[in-house]
Amino acid sequence: MTDDILVEFDDVSFTYDRRPVLKGINMKIPRGRVVSIMGISGSGKTTMLRLIGGQLNPTSGQVKVAGQVVHELDSEGLYKLRRKMGMLFQFGALFTDLSAFENVAFQMREQTDLPEGVIRDLVLMKLNAVGLRGAYHLMPAELSGGMARRIALARAIALDPMLMMYDEPFAGLDPISLGVIGTLMRRLNDALGATSIVVTHDVQESLKMVDYVYYLSEGVIVAQGTAEEMKHSTQPLVHQFVWGEEDGPVAFHYPMAEYPQDLGLERARG
Amino acid sequence: MARRAGIGLRGIGHAVINGVWRLGYASRFFGLTLFRSGTTFRRFGLAIREIYFSGVLSLIIILVSGLFVGMVLGFQGFHTLERYGSEEALGVLVALSLVRELGPVVAGLLFASRAGSAMTAEIGLMKATEQISALEMMAVDPIARVIAPRFWAGVISMPLLAALFSAMGVFGGYLVGVVLIGVDEGAFWSQMQSAVDFREDIINGVIKSIVFGIAVTWIALFEGYDAPPTAEGVSGATTRTVVTSSLAILALDFVLTALMFRGN
Repeated sequence: MTDDILVEFDDVSFTYDRRPVLKGINMKIPRGRVVSIMGISGSGKTTMLRLIGGQLNPTSGQVKVAGQVVHELDSEGLYKLRRKMGMLFQFGALFTDLSAFENVAFQMREQTDLPEGVIRDLVLMKLNAVGLRGAYHLMPAELSGGMARRIALARAIALDPMLMMYDEPFAGLDPISLGVIGTLMRRLNDALGATSIVVTHDVQESLKMVDYVYYLSEGVIVAQGTAEEMKHSTQPLVHQFVWGEEDGPVAFHYPMAEYPQDLGLERARG
Repeated sequence: MARRAGIGLRGIGHAVINGVWRLGYASRFFGLTLFRSGTTFRRFGLAIREIYFSGVLSLIIILVSGLFVGMVLGFQGFHTLERYGSEEALGVLVALSLVRELGPVVAGLLFASRAGSAMTAEIGLMKATEQISALEMMAVDPIARVIAPRFWAGVISMPLLAALFSAMGVFGGYLVGVVLIGVDEGAFWSQMQSAVDFREDIINGVIKSIVFGIAVTWIALFEGYDAPPTAEGVSGATTRTVVTSSLAILALDFVLTALMFRGN
């Protein structure tokens, strides 16, 4: 059964600059699934992706990917593991001095000895998969936000990764691009036989395509379940998040002094 | 009073510890850059590309500045030498000033402002837009792939730019001294040829420019790599590159001059 688990968080805590970001996280992500980690900004979602990718080390506990404890790997072992991962960054993180074609070809050129002809065919196939074969010659500055995200997705799947990580893939996209990216993520995961972890706070779009959801608040997993379970959750925190309610457990107002006191009314009265 | 002094002392202590920590971090960064330079030499095309950006694109400012500095030297040198009736030594004065000092130092300062600031801004923005993170996640070492080629490009470009600056300066001195004022052309060139020593003057000048190239490129790349990933962070890092590099060039120039020419 453990062979079916690709990513495992075992009592993981992470502290940044004496501030606890993650507190005792336990999570198991089975192979082939699309799992979403949700939560408001600053809840520690992106930190979880960085721990999986070995860009950060946990303060305590361990993160395992394909049975390997990530922070115990030496740099060679870590790079070997990262070759099996793909990551889509929040705003694409395309190399601005390279064309769309060269961006997708980048990892193939760096990591493989494939002949130029094969690289060309593979890049065009990846670009075709995201519907942008015709835009291979464009530079990142010439792409719209949605197109840039799709090129970045083609780049992330360049070496057919076993694990795909998405960091806020829907941020700043128009509704059409948003739908396209969501559909592509699900379709590519199933076609590649990969496992996907989607960090997002876009509830409606992600609930359409994910198998399972973890809800993170202040560094702790406070709820988990299928998309349907999350939609119908009565837990106040989850309910407020899913339905985008202005006030609730997450208060509208930042902690503050009494209003009259801030306006100086009490002093005037006294 | 005692409390305020305590706070002040603590502030000074904090600043010193921070400064030492940052110097250690920068030294470690420098060591890593050297250690991971293998890729640059195996794929020298990466460095050639960066030589174009930091060296070739700096040519205009270097050549034009060199010409003007040489022309000014021609005027100033002539007026001073004329008092002692040794105008023919103008060629020597122009050449030695440029090759020993002005070539490496002014070219270094211009290189820091033109290429150093561009390197810092580029690396800082690559970090801010997560391109450096993307490289790491693609199992590509950013130090080996991005930093080391730029470092060696700077180290190679700097002496070439300083040499071109000096050559252009000598030409500027010739234009003003010989063509405009009428100093004897034969004396201008022959005295220069006999007085400028290849090892003492030219090689020492080249050594200076290589040291400045290492210092400027190291500072520029470190500031970019260490910049907070915000607009304000990148802007501050770019400013720090120009200020720190300029001060480093002037301080290193003093040390190198003291070592090279103390017996002369």
